[in-house]
Amino acid sequence: MKLIIATIKPFKLEDVREALTEIGVRGMMVTEIKGFGAQSGHTEIYRGAEYAVNFVPKIKLEIVVESASADQVVETIIKSAQTGKIGDGKIFVLDVGQTVRVRTGESGTEAI
Amino acid sequence: MFTKRTSLIAGAVAASCLPSLGLAQSADVTPLNGEIGFIFTTFMFLVAGFLVFWMAAGFAMLEAGLVRSKNVAMQLTKNIGLFSLASLFYYLIGYNLMYPGDGWSIEGTLGAFGPAVLEAVGLADTEADMTYASVGSDFFFQLMFCAATASIVSGALAERIKLWPFLVFTVLLTAVIYPIQASWKWGGGFLDAMGFLDFAGSTVVHSVGGWAALTGAIILGPRIGKYTKEGKTVPIPGSNLTLATLGTFILWLGWFGFNGGSQLYMDTAGNVADISRIFANTNTAAAGGAVAALILTQLLYKKPDLTMVLNGALAGLVSITAEPLFPSLGTATLIGAVGGVIVVLAVPMLDRFKIDDVVGAIPVHLFAGIWGTIAVAFTNPDAAFFTQLYSIVVVGIFVVITSAVVWFVLKSTMGIRVEEEVEINGLDMAELGMEAYPEFGRS
Repeated sequence: MKLIIATIKPFKLEDVREALTEIGVRGMMVTEIKGFGAQSGHTEIYRGAEYAVNFVPKIKLEIVVESASADQVVETIIKSAQTGKIGDGKIFVLDVGQTVRVRTGESGTEAI
Repeated sequence: MFTKRTSLIAGAVAASCLPSLGLAQSADVTPLNGEIGFIFTTFMFLVAGFLVFWMAAGFAMLEAGLVRSKNVAMQLTKNIGLFSLASLFYYLIGYNLMYPGDGWSIEGTLGAFGPAVLEAVGLADTEADMTYASVGSDFFFQLMFCAATASIVSGALAERIKLWPFLVFTVLLTAVIYPIQASWKWGGGFLDAMGFLDFAGSTVVHSVGGWAALTGAIILGPRIGKYTKEGKTVPIPGSNLTLATLGTFILWLGWFGFNGGSQLYMDTAGNVADISRIFANTNTAAAGGAVAALILTQLLYKKPDLTMVLNGALAGLVSITAEPLFPSLGTATLIGAVGGVIVVLAVPMLDRFKIDDVVGAIPVHLFAGIWGTIAVAFTNPDAAFFTQLYSIVVVGIFVVITSAVVWFVLKSTMGIRVEEEVEINGLDMAELGMEAYPEFGRS
């Protein structure tokens, strides 16, 4: 099993959710986050004074899938979240030691 | 505004037209011809008066929206506190100091001392001035202007001034400082005698509030974190621009009473037409100020700044207040638009001097107030440029000196500024033990 962590532009969330649902992803966790990477913030002006917005709003997705479908999920996120402009986000893929469904106590891929 | 309290000769004549006392209470009495003007003007003062009253709500919402959420409850407390204290002290001291009639303590300079007294019930045994309005309506209307002056100060000093010293300042402003200088013009004092023109108070109300706010802001110092050691300005965005916008629209509404009521008479077709002109001019000046700020912030900063547009509308209103009657709609729009430009340029200028004005009260009420007072000379043929300028300076010097004395005395006795920790944690919890939005943040 793999945990896929993806940060994307907030306005792409709906596209990504639809695309992942189409390839059979049955669940995901979504968090509103702020951060910076290559885009490294920008400046805004309030009442004539410039200020730096160091942390840019992003959406973080966490998806656990069977190892075999991890590459397809990553491809789908790239396709649906990409704008080609700076700040599109990052994807991390991690190994998952165990998964348990709280309601039934099932574990492993059954619990995904 | 013209000088109030016209002579009692007219009142004595009018007294013979009074209905007999018993009939005054019954419903089927047709007003006598001699009373109709009195009735309409009085009614006009009451309507205009409660419109100006509503401006207190506008100031409260504007300020609540432009301070941070940790200081909102305190800002609201200051607003209702200052309005109520202004009501009491204008009654106890201010009204007769401002309108002494023939009872000047120093002719043309210092009015009379004593609380306001209304006519007897049903005008019993009263020689009411039938050419004007009831004393009750005049007092009610004038009181609202006094309270508006104090409201101007609270926004500029928000988020760092202690509650009680601020309220003590409010008492002195509304009981003494405002009424004395207002008597010079509206009470028929020496500025009025010189020919100074200030229809509804660009100088008498707005710049006075602005001078007191400027003096206070300098003595109080900026909020912690507003300016860096290198001198850079750090924006401190307000908590709720919805409230700030609602507050601006409320002020805009109230201004129709502020300027319209300052016609002071609604007893002839000519006066009603003039009030209508004033309403239309007041509206278009606000629009001019807002549009000017909208366009100018887009050009300067690549994005419009809502808070500046709100300030721009208010600056337009302040600018037209000194002469809302004579200008054409087009000229009124331009006068308001200049006010909007002044605000957009003055806000960053104050920041360069490290004068921290939380809501933009100083650019809106002081700078646009000065502009509006000067602009009278361009539209009203009776205005003299140097008399306008002289009056602006005289009133400015008086208010800066008197408020500076009060602020320094308060600073050395009660202290005017909250502790550093209190300021950072927010005045709501520290000084009031309550929050405006308790369901957000800490639970």
